[in-house]
Amino acid sequence: MTTTPAKTPEFTLDVRGLRLQLPGAARPVLAGVDLTVGARETVALVGESGSGKSLTSRSVLRLLPPGATTEGTVAVQGEDVLTMDAKQLRRLRTHTAAMIFQDPRAAINPLRRVGDFLTESLRLNAGTPDADATERAVRMLEAVGLTDRVLRQYPGQLSGGMLQRVMIAAALMGDPALILADEPTTALDVTTQAEVVGLLDDLRERFGTGLLFVTHDLGLAAAISDRVYVMYAGRIAETGPAEALFEQPRHPYTAALLRSTPRLDAPAGRLAAIQGQPPSLREELTGCLFAARCPFATQVCTEDLPPHLPVPDEPSRLVACHHSDRLADQLAESALHD
Amino acid sequence: MTFTRFALRRLAEMAATLLAASFLIFGAMYLAPGNPASFLLSGRSASPAAYQAINDQYHLNDPFWQQYLRWLGQVLHGDFGRSIEYRTPVSTLIGARLPSTLLLVGLALVLVVAVGLALGWIGAVRGGATDGAILVGTTFAVGTPSFVAAVLLQGLFSVELGWFPSGGSGSGFGSMLWHLTLPALALALYLIGMLARVTRSAMLEAMGHEHVTVARSRGVTERQVIHRHVFRNTLGTVLTMGGLIVSTLLICTVLVETAFSVDGIGQLLDLSTTTKDFPVVQAISLIIVGIFMLVNFVVDLLLPLVDPRVALGARGATG
Amino acid sequence: MTTALVRRPGLARLRLSRNRTGRPWLYLLCLGFLAVVVLLALLAPWLSPHDPNAVDLGNALAGPSASHPLGVDGSGRDTASRLITGARTSLLGPLGVVVFSTVVGVVVGVTAGWRGGWLDSLLSRTTELVFAFPGLLLAILIVSIYGEGLIAPVVALGVAYLPYVSRLTRSLVLAERKRPYVEAYRVQGHSGLQICLRHVLPNIAPVVLAQSTINFGYALIDLAGLSFLGLGVPALTPDWGRMVFDGESAIQSGYPLSAILPCAAIVLTVVAFNVVGERWADQVARRDR
Repeated sequence: MTTTPAKTPEFTLDVRGLRLQLPGAARPVLAGVDLTVGARETVALVGESGSGKSLTSRSVLRLLPPGATTEGTVAVQGEDVLTMDAKQLRRLRTHTAAMIFQDPRAAINPLRRVGDFLTESLRLNAGTPDADATERAVRMLEAVGLTDRVLRQYPGQLSGGMLQRVMIAAALMGDPALILADEPTTALDVTTQAEVVGLLDDLRERFGTGLLFVTHDLGLAAAISDRVYVMYAGRIAETGPAEALFEQPRHPYTAALLRSTPRLDAPAGRLAAIQGQPPSLREELTGCLFAARCPFATQVCTEDLPPHLPVPDEPSRLVACHHSDRLADQLAESALHD
Repeated sequence: MTFTRFALRRLAEMAATLLAASFLIFGAMYLAPGNPASFLLSGRSASPAAYQAINDQYHLNDPFWQQYLRWLGQVLHGDFGRSIEYRTPVSTLIGARLPSTLLLVGLALVLVVAVGLALGWIGAVRGGATDGAILVGTTFAVGTPSFVAAVLLQGLFSVELGWFPSGGSGSGFGSMLWHLTLPALALALYLIGMLARVTRSAMLEAMGHEHVTVARSRGVTERQVIHRHVFRNTLGTVLTMGGLIVSTLLICTVLVETAFSVDGIGQLLDLSTTTKDFPVVQAISLIIVGIFMLVNFVVDLLLPLVDPRVALGARGATG
Repeated sequence: MTTALVRRPGLARLRLSRNRTGRPWLYLLCLGFLAVVVLLALLAPWLSPHDPNAVDLGNALAGPSASHPLGVDGSGRDTASRLITGARTSLLGPLGVVVFSTVVGVVVGVTAGWRGGWLDSLLSRTTELVFAFPGLLLAILIVSIYGEGLIAPVVALGVAYLPYVSRLTRSLVLAERKRPYVEAYRVQGHSGLQICLRHVLPNIAPVVLAQSTINFGYALIDLAGLSFLGLGVPALTPDWGRMVFDGESAIQSGYPLSAILPCAAIVLTVVAFNVVGERWADQVARRDR
C-alpha cells in the first residue's frame, strides 16, 4: 500500500462541510461543520450538551453512532477519515490521532492492568515488541508525572486524577499529531482539573501535537486555547481567536453563554441562564437555529439560515448571525454585565 | 496475606455449612414414621438377627448425638456404612460406579462450557437473525428437562438412525465414550441454554461500557475488543455459575443414567431410593452436596484472579 | 456475601433481550397456550374422550385413529385422555410448590428485610444451606424416607425453592425501606406492620410474582422428573413425566408418538411459563426505570 505523496498539509485537522444524519432524526445532528486545527495549535470547541461538539470530535476517529450517515470530509494530516479502509483507520487511531475521554474511570477496563491498557494498542496493531512498548509506556508515564509503579496496578487502585494522567499517557503512546480531548476535566474535582489542563498544555508544546479541546466551560476554553469554535445545534455559531471572541462576542449565543459563566474578574452580578431549551432533533427547523431563544431575533432570522461571514477588520473571525454588525456593541456590553 | 485470611474464612464457612448439611442428611431418617430400625429395614425380613445387625451398624440404642458423631467420624474416613440391599460397603458400591458417572459429567461439562459460551458469544456479537435463532433455541433448551432430552435423543439417534447405542455404558474408554455421548448431550442441553443466555446478556451489558469504545478509538481490532474487553469482562459472571452447573449435572445424572441404563451413581441413587437403601442415599446426597460446596469454594478463590475488583473489595469487607 | 451462591440465575440475568417491546405476540401466544392447558386440566373429566386408565392390550401402540385421535400407548391407553387428565397432576404439583414457596418465602423475606439483625443473618445462613441441596435431591431424600407420593416431594421442592423467593423479597424490602414514603408514614404514626402490608407488599408483589411464575416451570421440570423415575405420583395416575417413562419403551420399539406427545406438553408448558414470567419481570423493570 502506498500513501499519498508527502505533501505537508496545511492543517493537522481539517473538517469541511461535515454533516451527520442519524436514523429517525428530522434534521442532521451535524449540519455542515467547518473546523481546522493547525500543527501545535490548541483549539477549543465550546457548546451546551447536545450541541454536537462531542460527535464532531468523535467523528475525527470515525467513532460514529450506529446507522449514522455522513457527508463532507474530515481530513487528518491530509487524509480523509470518513473514506479510509479498515487498515488505514487502524493506523490513524494507533498513530495519528488519539482521544482523551471524559470519565477516566469508565474509559479504562477495570479488569486489566494499567500497563496492558497503555501498551495494548501498540502491541496489537503496530506489532511493537512488548519490551519496547513498555519502555515507551514508562517514558510517557514520567511525562505525565507518574512512576512505572502504576504499570502493575489496576485502575481501581488509582485516583481519578491519576487515571486521567494515565489516559493522557495512553493518548501519547502512538506519538500522535492530534489529540482530541472530550471534556477531559469534567469528571474530576476542581484542584485536579487545573493540574490536568496545565499538563495537557505542557505536553502539547513538548510533543508538538495539535489539540482539539471540547468543553462546555468557556473559562477553561479561554484559558487554554488559541482559537475557539462556538457550536450550537450542530452548527458553528461563531469562531475566532480566543481573546477577541470573548472580549467582543459577535453572536448572541456566544454572548449568552458568556453571561451564564461565572467570572472571577468581573463584579459578582447575577448569572443569567439562557432562555428556553436547545432544539430537539425531532423538529425540522428553518432559518437560524438559535432564533427561538434569541432576544434579538427578527423575521429574517426565522426564514433564512445565516451564512458564516467574516467580521469586518477581523478576517480570522467568522460569525453566523444576520445581525452581528448591528449588535456588536450591545453584545460586548451584555457579555460583561447582566 | 489478606487473601489467605479470606480463603481461610471461606473454608471455615464451607465446613460449617457442610456440617449442617451432614446433620440434616443423617437426621433425616429420624423423620420417618416408626423407629429408625424398622424404617431402615422396611420391606425386608425383620428377623431378630437383622435387627441386631442394624443395631450393630447404627448403634441405635446410643443417644442421638453419639450416633451422629460416630457416623460423621466414619464418613470422614471414607466409610459410608453398609448397603442394606446389597450387603456390601457403600463406598465399594459407589467406587465401582464412579468411572461412568465421572466420564459422563466430565463430557457434559465440556459440552456445556464449549457450546454454551460459543452460542452466547455468537448471539451477542452477531445480533440480528443469528441472535434471534440462538434465543429461540436456548429458550427451548432451558425448557427441556434432561429426561425429556434423553428420551427424544434416544428415539432419534439410536432407534431411528442407529448411530449410537441406546443404553449401557460400554467397557474400555473408547466404547464408554461412544455409549456416553447421547447421555452427555441430554445432560448438557438445559445448562447449555442457560449458560448461553447468561453469557449473551453479560456480553451485551459489557459492550455498553465506555472502555469498549475507548479500545476501539485506539485502533484495537473488533476481534480483539470483543476478546479482551467484552468477553474477558464476563468471565466473572460465568465463573459464579460453576457451582450451579456442576451440582445440576450431578443430580440430573439420576434421570439420564436411568433413561440410558448407565450403571453410574445416578442410577444407583434411583435404585436405592426405590428399595429404601438409606445408607446409599445418604452417601450420594452427601457427595453431591459436598462437591457443590467444594466447587463454590474454588470459584470464590478464583474470582479475585478473574476480577481484581473482588480482591480490592474483599480486603476490607467483612461479609 | 459470596457471589457464588447463585443456583439458578435470577430474573435480571435471564432477560431475553434488552428491548422486547416489539414482540408481544410471543407473550400472548404463550399466555394463550397456558390458558388452554389450565382449561383442559380443569375440565379434564368432561373433555377426555376415554377413561385414561382403560387398558386395551390388543390395540397397543396403535397410531392415530378416529376414536383415538393421538393414538394409544404401550398398554393401549388413549394418549389424548392421558394427556388431558395428566395436565391435572402435572400442574397441581408445581402449583403446590409455588404457593408454598411464595407464601412462606415472602413472610420470611419481609421479616428478615424489615427486621434485620440476627433474624436476617439466620436467614442467610439457612439460605446458604438450602442452596447446597438441588431441589431434585431434596425431593429424592424425602421420597426415600416417606415413600412415593405427591405431597412429600411437593413440600421438599417448596422448601428448596423458598430461598429464591425469600432472598428476592428481602432485597426488594431493603430497597423499599430506604424510600422516603416509608419514613413519611412512620412519622405519621403508622406501625411497621401496617406500612408493610398496605404499601411495601403491593409494591414488591409484581416482581415476586414474576419470579414465582418462572419457578412454576422449574418445579414442573423437577416433579415430572420425579414421576419419570417412578418416585412421584402413584404408578396408575396419569402424569406427563410418567407418560414419558411409559413411552420410552414404546420409542425403543419404534413407536415414538406416545413418548413425543408428553415430551412436547412438558417443554411447551415450561417454555410458556418462562416467557410469561420474564415478560412480567421486564415490564416491572421498565416501570421502575
